[in-house]
Amino acid sequence: MTAAFALKARLIPWIVPFLVIVVWQLLASAGVISDRVLPAPAAVGQAAAELAANGRLIEDIAVSARRAALGFIIGGTIGFLLGLVNGAIPLSGTLFDSSMQMMRTIPHLALIPLVILWFGIGETSRIFLVAIGVLFPVYLNTYHGVRNVDPALLEMAGNYGVSRKDLFLHVILPGALPSILVGVRYGLGIMWLTLIVAETIAANSGIGYVTMNAREFLQTDVLVFGILLYALLGKLADVAARSLEGRLLAWNPAYAGAA
Amino acid sequence: MGFDIFEPGSFGTRPLFTSETTPPVAMPRDPGGVEVSLGGVAKAFGQRGVLRSVDLEIAPGEFVAIVGRSGCGKSTVLRLLAGLERPDAGLLQIEGKPPVSGNPLVRMMFQDARLLPWRRVADNVTLGLPQAQHQLAREALGEVGLADRGGEWPRVLSGGQRQRVALARALAARPRLLLLDEPLGALDALTRIEMQALIERIWLDHRVTAILVTHDVAEAVALADRIIVLDAGRVAHDIPVDLPRPRPRTSREFAALEAEVLARVLGEPHGEAVAERELVRTA
Repeated sequence: MTAAFALKARLIPWIVPFLVIVVWQLLASAGVISDRVLPAPAAVGQAAAELAANGRLIEDIAVSARRAALGFIIGGTIGFLLGLVNGAIPLSGTLFDSSMQMMRTIPHLALIPLVILWFGIGETSRIFLVAIGVLFPVYLNTYHGVRNVDPALLEMAGNYGVSRKDLFLHVILPGALPSILVGVRYGLGIMWLTLIVAETIAANSGIGYVTMNAREFLQTDVLVFGILLYALLGKLADVAARSLEGRLLAWNPAYAGAA
Repeated sequence: MGFDIFEPGSFGTRPLFTSETTPPVAMPRDPGGVEVSLGGVAKAFGQRGVLRSVDLEIAPGEFVAIVGRSGCGKSTVLRLLAGLERPDAGLLQIEGKPPVSGNPLVRMMFQDARLLPWRRVADNVTLGLPQAQHQLAREALGEVGLADRGGEWPRVLSGGQRQRVALARALAARPRLLLLDEPLGALDALTRIEMQALIERIWLDHRVTAILVTHDVAEAVALADRIIVLDAGRVAHDIPVDLPRPRPRTSREFAALEAEVLARVLGEPHGEAVAERELVRTA
């Protein structure tokens, strides 16, 4: 791939978002779209600049990012470990997997009233919700990945005198990794979704709080900016997950050169 | 076939042990082969009896080929010796001991290379080896002519190269019994002939006991000291191959023996007649 082609490949995906913003600005300037319905991109930019100027914005983003990260780490770790154990140990899988499958069908956002009763409306309940949301996609994909490691490779490794520890580290784990990373990407998506909902219900900081506050005061520009911010952070998480895939799965033809 | 495939160096393979790659290892270089014996071995899968009663004695350092129709149980014999299956009846012994999976004396090469796609070639060859023996793995990779490909991912290799890596991996532990389960079955004809020459050369160097399962009769004739024909779960024929090595396939004796073995595999009542026909065809 030539450098010019690589640059083009990087720029092409941004053509559509760019055109949308241009058309949106033109329609807003021409008065086709009312300011009350959807403010112009320029107005949104201005609102962003004002928010950034007083320093609260950075603080709110940091608060949201911290909640997201904590919830993701807790839920992801639990899901990953449960998936590994249930996938690798048949007894554990038989005992726990069907219960996990039952629990995963519960929409975790339906737990909000219960979670508020348990933990109040503080930080714990928001992180708890994110963790629950992330846990299941990571669990499912880890379990699936471990169960689907090529049995021919396991047989070969056993025959070549690979120890149990090495079998786990060098055969099962890398074999399950593509599937595990799919779970991580799903988990990242659910992480933001859960956080938005959790922050709009009861919070006094975070991006969700900023947008809810803006609604109270009919600041559509701030509201739209908040939504764009979520899109941007979601994209950022996805880029991070993709680069992780490109690095860890360089051996896999489906991911080769993705990073 | 109009070219001599057994001409040394004609495949671009490297010399086996050049002075600079020979390490000061105290390990015995070629401990030779082990003795293998099967007595009354039977194995059924469900209702289907695959092996009824197999008796076979293999001397240390012997190269034996097992041929037979599909489903005659030839692969099962190898899987029993590798400890991947347990016999229903009878006795299997390798150096007087029953087979166990993971035995470092025994290495199996499968029809598919079974390389770990997430490990580079060199790391595939060292699989299961203690750190102290990693030098042996590097040597083994040199023996199969892939010393310079150690840093690559298995996916970029051709089918023949992958099988060569699998062969290196099997050799790296310096086994004394090499089980070859149709390792060349999925390769194209030319690559297969190259690989046969490579296997023969390596076997001549190490003198390990080798058991090759194949349905390519010419391959069995080219490589084996003895050809075992399995039929109906028993050893139906035990045919010695007395041709001098290397064995050019164009020779009359080669063709005659190939035709004879083929006739026995097919269970033709008039083996000689078929052999004659084959001779006429190949002449």
